[in-house]
Amino acid sequence: MSDALRPITSWYESTARQRIAGLLDRGSFTEYIGPEQREMSPHLDLFDLPKQFDDGIVIGEGQLEGQRVYAAAQEGRFMGGAFGEVHGAKLIGLIRAARKHKRDVLISFDTGGVRLQEANAGEVSIAEIIRAILLARADGVRVIGLLGGRAGCYGGGGLIANCCSSLVISEQGRLSVSGPEVIETNHGVEEFDSKDRAFVWRTMGGKHRYLIGAVDAFVEDDIAAFRAAARTALAKQARFDLALVQAEQQRLATRLQRLGSLTDSLQIWKALGVEAPESISSLPTEAFLAASQTVRECADEAR
Amino acid sequence: MKLDEILQSLFPAGYSATPRQGLLSGSGKRGNGTDVHILGVIDDTPLGIEDAAQLASQVLDIARTPGDAPILLVIDSSSQRMSRHDELLGLNEYLSHLAKALFVAELHGHRSIGLLYGHTAAGAFIATALAATVLVGLPGATPEVMDLPSVSRVTKLSIDVLKEKAKTNPVFAPGLDYLFPTGAVHQIWDPAKPLAEQLETVLSQWPAEDTRAQLGLARGGRPAAQRIIDQVLALAGQ
Repeated sequence: MSDALRPITSWYESTARQRIAGLLDRGSFTEYIGPEQREMSPHLDLFDLPKQFDDGIVIGEGQLEGQRVYAAAQEGRFMGGAFGEVHGAKLIGLIRAARKHKRDVLISFDTGGVRLQEANAGEVSIAEIIRAILLARADGVRVIGLLGGRAGCYGGGGLIANCCSSLVISEQGRLSVSGPEVIETNHGVEEFDSKDRAFVWRTMGGKHRYLIGAVDAFVEDDIAAFRAAARTALAKQARFDLALVQAEQQRLATRLQRLGSLTDSLQIWKALGVEAPESISSLPTEAFLAASQTVRECADEAR
Repeated sequence: MKLDEILQSLFPAGYSATPRQGLLSGSGKRGNGTDVHILGVIDDTPLGIEDAAQLASQVLDIARTPGDAPILLVIDSSSQRMSRHDELLGLNEYLSHLAKALFVAELHGHRSIGLLYGHTAAGAFIATALAATVLVGLPGATPEVMDLPSVSRVTKLSIDVLKEKAKTNPVFAPGLDYLFPTGAVHQIWDPAKPLAEQLETVLSQWPAEDTRAQLGLARGGRPAAQRIIDQVLALAGQ
């Protein structure tokens, strides 16, 4: 079947298990601590909340085009994909294993951040994940983050994501720290209207993040497209050292100088040199990539 | 303890530290005559993109400096600055960049100790205090992942009910004493004893790896995490 005829399977609409199955070579995935183990949150009973057998994250190993990789996928449908004690520990273990066995990791983010019902455990697990990723990267492991899930990638999830060596996003992906509702609750609807979906997407969504260099690849909302982009990311040089973090410092300082006084993404896109900023939101993937390719900021060797 | 009292107790041989718009920088002398770099977020300041970039830049300057003078990161911050401006420009990148800077500074010999003496919350907490290799707290510090009113909104439980539940299992509740059992904080210092000695003890017992999940198990605040981590490591090695 040619690419044009291939049916699209939406990443956004898929479950964590469907994403992993489609991302890796068919039938190659072996799950660690699967739902049959019933490793559930030890804390949710306190709130009389339903638990899930996998605590909202799938982890294990498989192959991508024959290359052995570790893979993890958060399930945004369970408690917003939030980090609790068990959820976090599964990811910590996987990344430590990646460092130990020098094997690359794919992480599908779909999370609102820390699970507030077990906030202290979730918060420290995010700090442990960040440290584990940086240790693994310093030892030459690639950590590829995939962003296109329903819950977006918020809170500590946003911090973890930028610790990855490469990030792939779809238009549906959102990457941020404070979520729209949190900003609105704290500072009012004038500061941030969380119900204005177009505003949310052009402030935190995939296209904006791609244009400012907060992510490295922009793909269609299609599992096969994420798979192809993950494969490309796995072929990149693995590097993490002082020079790279200095390059990131330079990149972020330059962004502040160049764009720091602008208050809306349309102004930012214009300042970057996008010819018709107002049309960006409606462009299909190929046209968007064409419109952004020569003007977007890149973070190559600076993330 | 107030910041001045803390620094005097830490560095009786002398220190200088300049506060500027919510950030602190300077250095202190250890008993053996060597230096400690002092950095901090103070005065309950929310951490936004400009300040995070400024702090990271200072950390990277230290990383490039020869020698092994450790970094003391004193924290009395608010949460991350919650605004359209910060999110539009990529706050997640700026905050995690600060964590990376602290990490590479340590690769280059400059170990980081977080000292939580006041407030901190949410993403600012992760990017500062929790990004240091060792975190210590002083009694009276008020770290929180999310304030109780916000937890109340999300969980749809009243603050009174939450306070009652915290007595059974404080894993969700704000405060240093409730955070300690998870292993997030390595030690709580005794303000009645000289802090300089307690700092020297920390520096002489530096952990070779991330021991926070082990501490969480030993203290009972995270009964499952270390077991799960070990199980994954065993399965992944097969």
